[in-house]
Amino acid sequence: MATFKLTVNGQKKTLSDIPEDMPVLWVLRDVLDMKGTKFGCGKALCGACTVHLDGNAIRSCITPIAVAEGRSITTIEGLSENGDHPVQKAWVTHDVPQCGYCQAGQIMNAAGFLENNPNPSEKEIVSAMSGNICRCGTYNRIKEAIKTAAKG
Amino acid sequence: MKKEIPIISKIDRRSFLKIGTVGSAGILLGLGVRCTPSEKILDPAWFEPNVFVGLNEKGEVTIIAHRSEMGQAVRTSLPTIVADEMEADWSKVKVKQSVGDEKKYGNQNTDGSFTIRMFYEPMRKVGATAKLMLEQAAAKTWGVNVSECKAKNHKVSHSSGKSLTFGELAQAASELPVPDESLIKLKKQSEFKYIGKNQKIVDLADIVTGNTVYGMDAKIDGMKIAMISRCPVAGGKVKSFDKSEAEKVPGVLKVYQMEGVSFPTGFDKVLGGIVVVAENTWAAIKGREALKIDWEYGINRDYNTDSYNANLLKASNSNGTILRENGEVKKVLNKKGKVLDEVYTVPHLAHAQMEPPAALAYFDETGKCQIQAPTQNPRWVRDAIASQLEMDRENVIVNITLLGGGFGRKSKPDFVVEAAKIAKETGEKIKLIWTREDDIQHDFVNASGMHRIKVAIDENNKVTAWNQHGMIPSIGGTANPAAKQVGAGEMSQGMVDMPFDIPNLCLETHEAPTKTRVGWLRSVHNIHNAFAIHTMVDEIAEARGMDKVQNYLDLIGGDRIIPFDKMVTGFSNYGEDLANYPWDTARLKNVLKMVAEKANYGKSLPTGKAQGVTVHRSFLTYVACVIEVDLTEKGKIRIPEVHYAVDCGRVVNPDRVISQFEGGANFAASGALRSAITFKDGAVEQSNFHDYQVARMTDSPEKVFVHLVESDEKPTGVGEPPVPPFAPALGNAIFAALGKRIRALPIEADKLWA
Ligand code: FES
Ligand code: FES
Repeated sequence: MATFKLTVNGQKKTLSDIPEDMPVLWVLRDVLDMKGTKFGCGKALCGACTVHLDGNAIRSCITPIAVAEGRSITTIEGLSENGDHPVQKAWVTHDVPQCGYCQAGQIMNAAGFLENNPNPSEKEIVSAMSGNICRCGTYNRIKEAIKTAAKG
Repeated sequence: MKKEIPIISKIDRRSFLKIGTVGSAGILLGLGVRCTPSEKILDPAWFEPNVFVGLNEKGEVTIIAHRSEMGQAVRTSLPTIVADEMEADWSKVKVKQSVGDEKKYGNQNTDGSFTIRMFYEPMRKVGATAKLMLEQAAAKTWGVNVSECKAKNHKVSHSSGKSLTFGELAQAASELPVPDESLIKLKKQSEFKYIGKNQKIVDLADIVTGNTVYGMDAKIDGMKIAMISRCPVAGGKVKSFDKSEAEKVPGVLKVYQMEGVSFPTGFDKVLGGIVVVAENTWAAIKGREALKIDWEYGINRDYNTDSYNANLLKASNSNGTILRENGEVKKVLNKKGKVLDEVYTVPHLAHAQMEPPAALAYFDETGKCQIQAPTQNPRWVRDAIASQLEMDRENVIVNITLLGGGFGRKSKPDFVVEAAKIAKETGEKIKLIWTREDDIQHDFVNASGMHRIKVAIDENNKVTAWNQHGMIPSIGGTANPAAKQVGAGEMSQGMVDMPFDIPNLCLETHEAPTKTRVGWLRSVHNIHNAFAIHTMVDEIAEARGMDKVQNYLDLIGGDRIIPFDKMVTGFSNYGEDLANYPWDTARLKNVLKMVAEKANYGKSLPTGKAQGVTVHRSFLTYVACVIEVDLTEKGKIRIPEVHYAVDCGRVVNPDRVISQFEGGANFAASGALRSAITFKDGAVEQSNFHDYQVARMTDSPEKVFVHLVESDEKPTGVGEPPVPPFAPALGNAIFAALGKRIRALPIEADKLWA
């Protein structure tokens, strides 16, 4: 058990009595009560839990909270103030979601990816997004939305 | 399934407020529909009125969504039907999810692709009734004849030019009696404003900002997290266990044994096992990992996929139980001429919906069991909890969250019953969570399917005989030990309703015991039936040296309505009377011709690329599919294009029909290319997405084109029909490109080039 200091969506947090190995996912969901980040596999296999750690997309389900000490996490709730990040807007334009469960992870992964590669080719999009499963099968729209966001 | 017959009634302000539809704002007009229950509910109290639409003096319209949302857009499409007939402005409409209460809302079992089929007409009538009452209110206010008043876009105008908004009319309308049904006029198709037009889903903004609540997100103050360690073999039991290490994990509060059922388990009973209750999810996970359990595996310990399949294959040499027969198949098969004899196999599949099962349960101060769960079937949740916890079903309150995917998994209430039992045992507010490993290893898997099909082709190149042996474990066997093989009811999903006009035909099934929890998954038995039949059709075309589309048209034969109910004892037309939803070969041929034209079927393609074609009716919807593959890069199956031609009758929200087909193609690509559940010593061999693989963007068909038949026919389902024709069309395309015939799923890509 230890105390951790980190920034979540711009707010400083001090969390005490947390096991060092507790994944960021469960800190967010159970300790901070932020349910936007989803649990899909717990093994870095599906991408549902994707958040940004210092701006880079990571799988929060396998990232121990100790790794986030002193660093900054952004979740879907903090990606933009009014839901108007270019990726979110493109998701609305293309009406991407079906059940929606995977989409927080998809959006966070896409946003992190575009940050590093603002003008991706189709191939680069497919390979960057291949770690994110959508069982409803919205891949075609995700691809189109990423292209729109990149242009936009 | 019986039709929901709407009886529209007005409800008073008090009961509307009780339902709490829009906070404290005064609801002035609340309209309800009493639907005849589609399943027998003999309790006369079902006449209690419900509310589907309300309007207040600010002009805000509230429409109740009473079906479960899992990505198919019911929360959007049903309300748009009401809004259209009502002439409401969609931007002033709020959608609210109802609780699970079928006495009030009629059938809420969101399954079988029937929401729009069942509720299209009732929802239109609700909207049209509200509109007429608003017109009558305006007429009364102005002292004019109602025929001079017309509702349009949230107001009613008089022929003189004056108008009143819906909000201004709400009070007056609420004082009128509900008009007689004979006065209700439904719109003509040309007058539709929303029906038939694209409508974005109502939850879109919340989804992209992370503001939605799924079952996994349900919460209440003081809630504890529970997980269960279940026996790896369905129906097994705990022999002994050691909880000492688990109890040492910080945050673990209680560890105890829950009794479960032996096999057959049924669909709503708990499997039992060792329960870990903890302060948070991580503590529950760690605590469960620290358990030491000795299992008594039970009667399914001998379930091994390889030997099971080998035995089934042997059975196909004997005579089975005949489900449908005409002519003299066995005689004709022995005559000279060509005989094809092939075996097709499809494995068990797990749903693997992105949200694993999860449910919140607690008992409130009055002793009521309060549930928040992602259920497709709230009624079954109530019944199962009431009977297994020995309480009155009226005291089980089921709140339906959004579903992070369902595909049939969340029709079964077992996981909700687990949560309720733990809540009762511990006296805590409990959120029960399944991990992905729990989900893959303890699912109600789709039936595996093995088919052996023999076909005779005579010297005139005519197909003279078709003999099909199906070896398929029955869904019924999950609950009923006597169900040792599938019957005509289950095989009405794509086998006994085979539409080919062949003079000698015999369809039979053999014993294939159910050795695990077999359930239903998006399109169910159609998956293996369609794969076997439509691959064989392609093999026939090759043997006959015929064009694939021509071969299909020849096999289907003339335009006719096929009376399968007269031909097959126990036939089921997806619960509908064939008189209302006939089996129409003309519609089948029409989508086939349409897809061939749209996909430019038969176009010349370079070596390594080719097309495959299939056509299949399921859930009353006719779907034809052309898939183009690109196998030019060794080891990689690329799917540049999928074309679907779809006849699902009248379309409410075209974009959401298209999205169901896009998603359905990807879902089917999983089964065709990646997914298999196999058993060793009774236990599932896979555990998470590394070994139970599903389609990722790398496997995804690159373009999915959906061509909708313009139709005025009654609407039919679209959730499941995209799946069945996909895998055989892909296999047929691979054969056309490489000459390798695909007779087993999933396709082993590495072997294609061997
Ligand atoms: S939940 Fe983290 S990758 Fe699946
Ligand atoms: S939208 Fe349902 S899993 Fe992606």
